[in-house]
Amino acid sequence: MGKSEDSEKKKKMKDVEISVPIVYGNAAFWLGKKASEYQSHKWTVYVRGATNEDLSVVVKRAVFQLHSSFNNPTRIVESAPFELTESGWGEFEIAITLFFHNYVCEKPLNLYHHLKLYPEDESGPMSTKKPVVVESYDEVVFTEPSESFLARVQNHPAVTFPRLPAGFTLPPPVPQDESKRKRGDTKDHPLSQWFLNFSEADELLQLAAARQQVQTHIAKLRRQISLTDGQNQPFKSL
Amino acid sequence: MDAKDILGLPKIPLSITPEKKSRSQKDSQRKPNGISREVYALTGGVAPLMPSIDVSQLKRRPPSDDKITWQWLPFTSSARKDNLQLYHWVRVVNCVPPTGDYSFAKYNKSVDVIRYTDEEYEKHLTDPKWTKEETDQLFDLCEQFDLLFIIIADRFPTTRTVEELKDRYYSVSRAILVARAPSPGEVTGHPLVKEPYKVTQEIERKRALSMVLSQTKHQGRKDAEVLAEAKRIAESRMAAWAAEEPDMPATSDIGPESAVGPGETISPSNVQVPAAAAAPSTSVIADNSCTLASLHLLRVYLRTYALEQMVQAASSSAGLRTIKRVEQTLQDLGVNLKPKVPTKAVCAEHLELRKEILTLLNLQKQLQYKEAEGSSFRDGSYVDMPGSAKRSQHAADQDRTFVSDTISFGGDRGVKREQKRKGPGRASETPSSPAGAHKRPRKMKDSDL
Repeated sequence: MGKSEDSEKKKKMKDVEISVPIVYGNAAFWLGKKASEYQSHKWTVYVRGATNEDLSVVVKRAVFQLHSSFNNPTRIVESAPFELTESGWGEFEIAITLFFHNYVCEKPLNLYHHLKLYPEDESGPMSTKKPVVVESYDEVVFTEPSESFLARVQNHPAVTFPRLPAGFTLPPPVPQDESKRKRGDTKDHPLSQWFLNFSEADELLQLAAARQQVQTHIAKLRRQISLTDGQNQPFKSL
Repeated sequence: MDAKDILGLPKIPLSITPEKKSRSQKDSQRKPNGISREVYALTGGVAPLMPSIDVSQLKRRPPSDDKITWQWLPFTSSARKDNLQLYHWVRVVNCVPPTGDYSFAKYNKSVDVIRYTDEEYEKHLTDPKWTKEETDQLFDLCEQFDLLFIIIADRFPTTRTVEELKDRYYSVSRAILVARAPSPGEVTGHPLVKEPYKVTQEIERKRALSMVLSQTKHQGRKDAEVLAEAKRIAESRMAAWAAEEPDMPATSDIGPESAVGPGETISPSNVQVPAAAAAPSTSVIADNSCTLASLHLLRVYLRTYALEQMVQAASSSAGLRTIKRVEQTLQDLGVNLKPKVPTKAVCAEHLELRKEILTLLNLQKQLQYKEAEGSSFRDGSYVDMPGSAKRSQHAADQDRTFVSDTISFGGDRGVKREQKRKGPGRASETPSSPAGAHKRPRKMKDSDL
């Protein structure tokens, strides 16, 4: 390919981004009878694909930084599912660092999650069967993805693939290891029954309705302003 | 009562004879010694707590040892150079008239106008724009009129501006001083040498001053607003740029805002409020592209982080109070301050909504301003409008907005709302949806739900 073609391509690719929707959080079970003073809960902190698909196409490893009172507070997880299970009594902030494959991105990304063990409603009875679950939805956005990245993730369910600029072709996809991907996804995860549902539809509706109201109000004010201007005009010409 | 007093009539019906006694008693009580009663009445008719003048001293005659006469005598004054003979009344003590110069002669001050010799002129003071004759005339007038340049300009044979005359006079004087000084060090302290007259600066200063003085109150207020706006934009820009990476592509939108300097009052005062509304929007666009560029450079980031940055950029021109109001409005509309499902679409919508709310708040402020303006026109008095709009009850503000709106958030409750003027802290009686109609930052009461 010629130099000008390359730079042309680069310009077009400037606005292309790949986004990976993720959910991260924790599920904590009260240990009930088996609870001791320092180990009252068993909790799992995790990062999963928002649709429970395997994230390992993008994430190479996840590092969970725990409270210093834990032994070896830096826990490295090298494969999906990217999670960590521990037992303890305290709530604290966990720093999760995601490292990506070389073809994805060289810089890591930090997430912060506040570990929640105790239910909001303090009055209710604590159950050993039902965990306290707190999850956050977010999307990891990669700007100016490399061709190899695009090639690797095209057709992958965990990734929101962008619309490519016209005339752009990708090399044929590398045959995926389906079984590996299946192992890495969280669809049949023991905790999956507790996973929360995140639907953008509700939020979009809410926002659309709100915008509508605001726009109507704005139009009204504009009318009133021009009316008042008209009323004030005779005074101003004095 | 005083009238009765003056007339000597009884205040309460009493027989005459006892009154006469009491009256004369009161009279001697009330009337002070030393000054007449009318004069005393001028001071309020009541004795001061601390008498400022010793009343008994007032009518004291001078010690009559000396013989004092007043005589109409001629006098001379050192201030006069002619031999005009003037006369005045003189207090003569024991036939000895006073000596000494006329007492007001000491006030005859004049300016030290330095005069140059012809030789000095040839050596140091020639100037292409001034003939020797003109310069001589100038100096004569300066001496005659004590450096009152406006008069000098008026009397000057050829038309010259005050600034030109001043410039010539001061530069000549300065040159002479420097030339005559035995060493340069000796004159550096002299004000003429230390601070030379700057013509262009003076012209500019006077122009700016006349601009400021001829501004109407209205224009002055507008200028203050625009300046405050520009300052805020510049400050937020500084903060944003300081935080961003050094190799970020720079946007050049600072131009229009920073051009509004203190001296440039013409264009802003002519441009009406739309300019004030436009300024924030251009800065918003500029901030947005800054943010996008910096996000792009990160290579990887979280959608929530990106939204945060964009929101900050969009509200960079708004004050803390406005931001709080935006958040309150979002809450009233039932929208999460931070989206629960921040997808690309949701974030975009959220950002747009925030911008629209900002526009809404600006328009509300505009309307209030204009309505206050209108009512002040009608009252015929100039009230400091933005100030009083803020100073009045915050609730009253909200009430005004709602009284003028028939549609509030959460449905059409027009009729009810218009008829009621609510005081502060009153909750809406009608059951409102979560999108309540209160913009005040207060907790929602149970009665709201």
